Amino acid sequence: MTPRNLREVVIESLVRAAGYSAVVFVGLIFFFLLREGLPGFAEVSLPALFGSRWYPTEGHYGLLPLIGGSLVVTLGAAAIAVPFGLATAIFISEIAPRWAREILKPLVEILGGLPSVVLGFLGVLVLAPFMRVLLNLPTGLTAFTGSVLLAGMAIPTLVSVAEDALDAVPRNYRDAAVALGASEWQTIWRVTLPAARSGVLTAVMLGIGRAIGETMTVMMVTGNAARLPTTPNSLFLPIRTMTATIAAEMGEVANGSTHYHVLFVIGIVLFVISFIVNLAAGAVVFRRPKRAERVLS
Amino acid sequence: MVATPKIVIDRLSIQYDDGTESLRDVSIEILANEVTVLFGPAGGGKSTLLRALNRLTDLVPRTHITGRILLDGEDVLADGVDVVRLRRRVGMVFAQPIPLPMSVRQNVIYGLELAGEKRKSRLDEAMEQGLRAAALWDEVKDRLHDPASALSGGQQQRLCLARVLALEPEVILLDEPTSGLDPISTGKVEASLQDLKQAYTVVIVPHSIQQAARIADRAAFFLQGELIEYASGKTIFTAPKDKRTEDYVTGRFG
Ligand SMILES: Nc1ncnc2c1ncn2[C@@H]1O[C@H](COP(=O)(O)OP(=O)(O)OP(=O)(O)O)[C@@H](O)[C@H]1O
Ligand SMILES: [Mg+2]
Repeated sequence: MTPRNLREVVIESLVRAAGYSAVVFVGLIFFFLLREGLPGFAEVSLPALFGSRWYPTEGHYGLLPLIGGSLVVTLGAAAIAVPFGLATAIFISEIAPRWAREILKPLVEILGGLPSVVLGFLGVLVLAPFMRVLLNLPTGLTAFTGSVLLAGMAIPTLVSVAEDALDAVPRNYRDAAVALGASEWQTIWRVTLPAARSGVLTAVMLGIGRAIGETMTVMMVTGNAARLPTTPNSLFLPIRTMTATIAAEMGEVANGSTHYHVLFVIGIVLFVISFIVNLAAGAVVFRRPKRAERVLS
Repeated sequence: MVATPKIVIDRLSIQYDDGTESLRDVSIEILANEVTVLFGPAGGGKSTLLRALNRLTDLVPRTHITGRILLDGEDVLADGVDVVRLRRRVGMVFAQPIPLPMSVRQNVIYGLELAGEKRKSRLDEAMEQGLRAAALWDEVKDRLHDPASALSGGQQQRLCLARVLALEPEVILLDEPTSGLDPISTGKVEASLQDLKQAYTVVIVPHSIQQAARIADRAAFFLQGELIEYASGKTIFTAPKDKRTEDYVTGRFG
């Protein structure tokens, strides 16, 4: 084997090892979750796990309020972050004059780097009191406050990825659309956005992904009452998410107790949810050419 | 008989924001039903001139333009001109084929839809007419709903032409429309230009001097932003008056 070939082989195996190790780590994490969580399924019956009350001290281990809490906060965050984030990305990439773009882009990236505790503080000290007064609520620590803050965390990611995708659409596309008599807005809506579709979808997924996994901010501002959100106005009541529950209670449970095992069950549920979301995102993004054909025809 | 010119370019100068003077004091009269060729070495300002004719220059911020461009006697550079209407009257085909991210059919009717046309019969009619005029109908009539990006490069370029023709413009601008095409596709495009000029005013930047000589009724030679010579194709390619034109067309030029 020549030295050159040897080098190729070494580099290739290093890269391959790095790739496989990611898979191995995910596998190990899942294995660990299963090991600690599976006893939970034996100690608490499935119907009880799908109960609507979470009072571990009294032996109620219903996960629905927590799953519901996560769902409400995340969907709320997505509903705020997607339109705002996309509009901002479009503004920065397509509409803003050059000087504004040069200020806005780095600004967004700095916002994206803010530690979530800082946002949590802002939430507790500024946003929550503001919400309470504005909406005339008993407390400002609600699902909605959490959604707004999570949206605030998702938006920078969403904007900077979506902006890159829009920016990567060749100038030519815009020229062609404009030359056919498209207005600025028609060009953006019918040509630039569709051409950047896969990147824009990735941006949305990454942004929401950031919101789903977020713990700290949510724990600080959502009031942490584990009640099942059933009506639309649950959005303006305190709730508790899965991540916040794990973070808040893990330190206090006895190792090996039922409560401990059920916290790992929550971990498994979270793992499965984010796995599904990622698969769905991958399916949407990577199947793009075929999908595009279907959409087009 | 002296025809009235379709387009009069009067002392046009264009300077980009970075100080590049792309056109300097250019005056030309362009006649209807002729193929007018703009040619010259790279960076001469040919594309800039084409883009000024339908105000695509607006897309580059802070471009400084002086002079006038009269289309049927009206200054297209004036404030308050309806640029969307102008661009419908003066269509443009670019060097690289740029199929929009839509189906073949949607590409062709896109301009009409933008113009507010909703009747399906009218759209279908215009689509077929455009595709026929661009010599593409027979090749794509069975794949109208395929994504336009699935066509070959030559077909895509004729699609871009069809898209412009479906709008029934008065003037067609083409910027090196055959630069990426094989000789057969090039031949098809050139042949359709000869048909088109019966109905339209055609202004084209060719991709070679040979092509310029083949298709030009009238030709303008540009060198570094200046119009050096403007005359009938025959004159320019067989008996140019200016030494620089002669050097360029005989290939003795850098
Ligand atoms: N958007 C722009 N900003 C700044 N300068 C530009 C811009 N577009 C063109 N130019 C400059 O204007 C001059 C003329 O360019 P133009 O594209 O009109 O030349 P051309 O004759 O079409 O050349 P080619 O044969 O290479 O297409 C060049 O010096 C070019 O660098
Ligand atoms: Mg050019």
